[in-house]
Amino acid sequence: MSSAFRLPPSAAPRFLAKPTFFKATMAIVQKDLAAEFRSRELLSAMLVFSMLVILIFNFALELDIKVRQSVTAGVLWTTFAFAGTLGLNRSMAVEKDRGCLDGLLLAPVDRSAIFFGKAISNLAFMLIVEAIVLPLYALLYNEVRIFQPAFLGVILLGSIGYIAVGTLLSAMSVQTRTRDVLLPILLFPVAIPVLLASVKASGGLLNNATFAEILAPLNLLIVYDIVFIAVAFMVFDFVVEE
Amino acid sequence: MQSKPIVLSILDVVSIIVLGVAAYLALVFAPTELVMGDVQRVFYFHVGTAWVGLLGFILAAIAGIAYLATKDMKWDRFEVAAVEVSTMFFFITIVLGSIWARPVWNTWWTWDPRLTTAAVTELIYIAYFMLRQGIEDPEKRARFGAVYTLLGGLSAPITFMVIRLFRTIHPVVIGSQSAEAEGGFSMTTDMRAAFFFSLFAFTIIFIDLIWHRIRLGRLQDKVEELKLNLSL
Repeated sequence: MSSAFRLPPSAAPRFLAKPTFFKATMAIVQKDLAAEFRSRELLSAMLVFSMLVILIFNFALELDIKVRQSVTAGVLWTTFAFAGTLGLNRSMAVEKDRGCLDGLLLAPVDRSAIFFGKAISNLAFMLIVEAIVLPLYALLYNEVRIFQPAFLGVILLGSIGYIAVGTLLSAMSVQTRTRDVLLPILLFPVAIPVLLASVKASGGLLNNATFAEILAPLNLLIVYDIVFIAVAFMVFDFVVEE
Repeated sequence: MQSKPIVLSILDVVSIIVLGVAAYLALVFAPTELVMGDVQRVFYFHVGTAWVGLLGFILAAIAGIAYLATKDMKWDRFEVAAVEVSTMFFFITIVLGSIWARPVWNTWWTWDPRLTTAAVTELIYIAYFMLRQGIEDPEKRARFGAVYTLLGGLSAPITFMVIRLFRTIHPVVIGSQSAEAEGGFSMTTDMRAAFFFSLFAFTIIFIDLIWHRIRLGRLQDKVEELKLNLSL
């Protein structure tokens, strides 16, 4: 505050001017990443949880080489979806608890910049978790086909769609009485197309399907991503307004 | 308190009559299907309830958009009414479908695109009620409800398209490839009469129920208001 007063009069308006959309978005991303790299609360919780889910699947489904052929994609996506809700819940609850969200809403920036900021940092967390879980899975089960670029592309597209809807719904669920319980119940039925299309596409890639064979789920994945990013962008205002 | 409108009372009576006639047409008038036998009669009410179920969900999404645009609580009442009535009708559709599927497909349930989409849609709208229950402020409840019906209305068709990539055995009776699917058949004139009448009957019943639910919603709001005045 005081530094603003010490600026020459000509510089003041520029300093106080509304930041650009991109700058505002990046500021929120930077804030979230900085907070996370100091506390490491969210990432460690998501990672430990992912490992536990894979451990449980290992014994529940008896992941021998024949079973893995058909269920690897499903196991991975279930793990990511569960870990994802954990992260989404936490990332929005942190904003709500100490009134940070109110602070963000008071900032003279476009509300959708807040949405994109939160969504990008949530996506970053999810991708970091995936970047650790996938090699670990590959190591544990000797599954090197995971590292083909098309497979990673599908993972990225799926994560984008999942996080877009998830960020919007987590902003809603933290404002309800049953917040922690509500997010997966709201998110999973709406996110089913993303999860199923991703499983279909990535499962096809692991079983050496041709590109033409996975084109249909891939198209739907892209359609879902575009539709839901656009809708979330349009309705986020209604979710956070007081 | 405003008394029940006379048109609504008439509509109540008409609803009961058309339901009776539809039941007669489906159970007695329509000829018995050659292969499946009497269980095929489930079809008339199955499609009738599915039609209004679907109609309600589409109307709810439209009402959601209208609410977000106008912030008028009447749209919220309409949206809740449509979702509530449709959820019930959709549930009836699923139960009737299962009754039919047991002898024809030899299973109560299968993960076919239509069945799965119906189940997912049902889950979306159960989640919708849970969401509304968790919010006290009526204005916020209306806003969140509208956003969620919009998301649900958009994701349901994509769910359908995605699951179609996996598998399908559900017959399509209206349209060309009727006999291909397991349990498909083509309709005779009498069957068609019973079929269209049941669509008509359920539409009337649907309108009647929605009207009642909107009226109930209005009365609920009034009670809330009176309670608030008392406590002040």
